[in-house]
Amino acid sequence: MALVGLVMMGFGLYRGELAVVFKKAVNICLECIGIG
Amino acid sequence: MQGKIYKGKLKNLCVPGLNCYSCPGAVAACPIGSLQAVIGNWNFKFAFYVAGLLILIGALIGRFVCGWLCPFGLIQDLLNKIPFPKKIKSFRGDKLLRKLKYVILVVFVILLPLFWVDIMGQGSPYFCKWICPVGTLEGGLPLVLLNRSMRSAIGWLYAWKNLLLAANVFLSILIYRPFCKYICPLGAIYSVFNPISVFQYQVDNSKCTHCGACARVCKMQIDPSQMPNHPECIRCGQCTKKCSTGALSSGCLRKMDSKPQKAFACSAESIETHREN
Repeated sequence: MALVGLVMMGFGLYRGELAVVFKKAVNICLECIGIG
Repeated sequence: MQGKIYKGKLKNLCVPGLNCYSCPGAVAACPIGSLQAVIGNWNFKFAFYVAGLLILIGALIGRFVCGWLCPFGLIQDLLNKIPFPKKIKSFRGDKLLRKLKYVILVVFVILLPLFWVDIMGQGSPYFCKWICPVGTLEGGLPLVLLNRSMRSAIGWLYAWKNLLLAANVFLSILIYRPFCKYICPLGAIYSVFNPISVFQYQVDNSKCTHCGACARVCKMQIDPSQMPNHPECIRCGQCTKKCSTGALSSGCLRKMDSKPQKAFACSAESIETHREN
């Protein structure tokens, strides 16, 4: 099962999902903090 | 503290527990927030990277994350230590309410970001926006306090989130880890892996006297002697500490063949064979 996770992570990285995660994480998420 | 958030490369990674990435102290990303961000992105409709990471962590340690690695779990633990005249261990409806976290996972984390999209096809992080008290505590409160421009932007949503946070804080004093039990979608994900993770709890039936001490000490209202890897178990280890016979253990263990009747019969046979010889 762990291997499935690793493969999925690799596929996600290949697809470029990391950029979406990074962009979301380095900008203040106004929805998350209750502004909006 | 300047009311800014960390913007370095570590934010490519997700922490295993629930820690809002808008917290000034956060150095990595929140897995649930990241999941919604990718699912809601117009380019992707499934988050392989984040889902893969959660499967990896779950497959290795299950809800050990809840017991030992989640900051909001720690906060609830500390709040529960505050004395209160009437602490609630269990109540009618507790079992049904524990299913709510799975509904929240499916509806607010997966379906809403996927289908409730704007004109560009982007979904919002609806769990973070409408439910998550962690973002309010770790991000909302410090950032609004430290940023004048944010203070002027607060409205009904901020009030609602703070109300939810206050309710969580109060309930955490009354009930052990109410957020983990009833709300947390991350706990819902990891709970699926408890029965199959590499890290496991085991009961040695030859040592277990069924005294019930482990069940009495369990704050998640589980009987570890019956179901040591119950999905609700946060693997805090209190039961193994309490067990006086050492019947309960944890680790990366293979299944033990512990059948006391068979073992006894084998010994009796051996004695008979020895006598005959």
